[in-house]
Amino acid sequence: MAALLEASNLEAYYGWSKVLHGLRFAVEKDKVTVVLGANGAGKTTLLRAISGMIRTGGEIRFAGERIDGQAPEDIVRRGIAHVPEGRGTFINLTVEENLRLGAYVRKDKTGIREDLDRVFHFFPVLKEKSRNPAGVLSGGEQQMLALARGLMLRPRLLLLDEPSLGLAPVLVMELFRIVRAINESEGVTVLLVEQDAVAALELAHQAYLLETGSIVTSGPAAELRENDSIRRSYLGY
Amino acid sequence: MRLGLLLVAGVGYLLPAALSSYQTFEFTQVFIYAVALLGLNILIGYNGQFSLGHGAFYAIGAYTTAIMTTRWDIPYGWAIIAAGALSLVVGFLFGLPALRFEGLYLALATFALALATPQVLKYFDTWTGGSQGIVLDKPSVPLGLPISADQYLYYLSLTVLVILLLLAHNLLRGRAGRAITAIRDNPIAAEAMGVNAALYKSLTFGVSAMYTGIAGALGALAVAFVAPDTFSAFLSINFLVGSVVGGVASISGAIFGGAFIEFVPTYAQEISRAAPWAIFGLTLIIFMYVMPTGVAGLIRRVAAALARSMASEQPAPDSQTAAAEAAEGNRGSARAVLGKPD
Repeated sequence: MAALLEASNLEAYYGWSKVLHGLRFAVEKDKVTVVLGANGAGKTTLLRAISGMIRTGGEIRFAGERIDGQAPEDIVRRGIAHVPEGRGTFINLTVEENLRLGAYVRKDKTGIREDLDRVFHFFPVLKEKSRNPAGVLSGGEQQMLALARGLMLRPRLLLLDEPSLGLAPVLVMELFRIVRAINESEGVTVLLVEQDAVAALELAHQAYLLETGSIVTSGPAAELRENDSIRRSYLGY
Repeated sequence: MRLGLLLVAGVGYLLPAALSSYQTFEFTQVFIYAVALLGLNILIGYNGQFSLGHGAFYAIGAYTTAIMTTRWDIPYGWAIIAAGALSLVVGFLFGLPALRFEGLYLALATFALALATPQVLKYFDTWTGGSQGIVLDKPSVPLGLPISADQYLYYLSLTVLVILLLLAHNLLRGRAGRAITAIRDNPIAAEAMGVNAALYKSLTFGVSAMYTGIAGALGALAVAFVAPDTFSAFLSINFLVGSVVGGVASISGAIFGGAFIEFVPTYAQEISRAAPWAIFGLTLIIFMYVMPTGVAGLIRRVAAALARSMASEQPAPDSQTAAAEAAEGNRGSARAVLGKPD
């Protein structure tokens, strides 16, 4: 199977402290891959390492080419959209301005216009509120906005940083249903990092388990759901 | 915005007929300060960075104009443009290293610039005339227009202000403006969108310095004199006061702020000759208390409240107005001033 993103011996640093210790993982094309882990396991760091926002060691390949050490804007230009931790809403800009920032590195005006309509189709609530400041949206709506903003890049790979954070379970299900739809109908490959293992393993094809900066288990999501130690630690049954 | 600009331009162009020559000069100063504050508002209000050193760029603009027009006999129009360009470059270059600092640390770094300015000007006395300063010729009225030299400077400053207001408006509305504001709201998310935050912050600092430098150029022409002690750290602090009082996250706020720093010290002097700055301080506190988002913020809230009451008279209430009004509270708030992401 073809891997869209591959990391080997990936290390990441905050200042002098090493947070990721030589990870090896792959994100298969057209699939949803999840990295599960508790607080402080290094999930957010992992995504920031891919986006070029922190200092890394080792190798990251995207569509066969090395991207480690490149500037964030160059990585975004390759089609990697990052939906950051805590939604990253630009509260003083309108919903539409937020969406346009998602397409910041693109120059094709008509394409951007089309994609606005496309994400409004996925998220009708954003269309209703397109002229409102994004700061007045509810938590769930802001997460929809963050996801829609990621799509505005017309990405090949979508990085999602704990979208379930602070959302009611029913909203998490709704959100993941949309992620699944985006993955299937738009052919967008997804790398998701999550704490909510139940919902995430339901959505994903492939899963990795991250503990204090190292990958301890990996396999098809369906298998990890049956794994006893994962069930006890992350699924709670 | 269009309407407000038309109003400013319309009233502005008609006003001199009703003004004494001293009042004309005062309003010229208001426009000049407004240009300087516009630069500061772009920086503080939209990009979330502090500067306690913009007096230095005002000085750069003023001295560039003074030296070019008196020593090299270059027409003042070119001198104004050169003053803007030089300030842009110096601001950008200062920004590159300084913008690694955040918030209060940046404020201190820029304050160092403000403190150094008068002494640097005195040190290079072969160029700057040292403590004596430089006396400029007031621009002569072109085309034989039937107006005084002071009135001409008034119109010149107003015209420059209107042009720069339009420029700021267009800059902040487009792609660059979204990037500038995104950096203030959430720098990490802005970076994740592919915005080069470091470059944009330096560029914004440069543009901001350009505005203030152009104001300095006009200021030198209006006063027809430059001297080092006019550009003390106090000037920089005054700019910050004007920017915040007017409404830091707004374009129109610059005009209100300009009026505040021009007129309030004069009135304070009339109320108490013994302690004018105490009166000024008191006025400042009252302004902050009554208008925590600046004059422009107050006007916006009143307008939103009016729109809401008009909407409530209609059978179908407009839910968007309420949401928009709730959001107005966010705009230009302390959080925005401090540039803290949520």
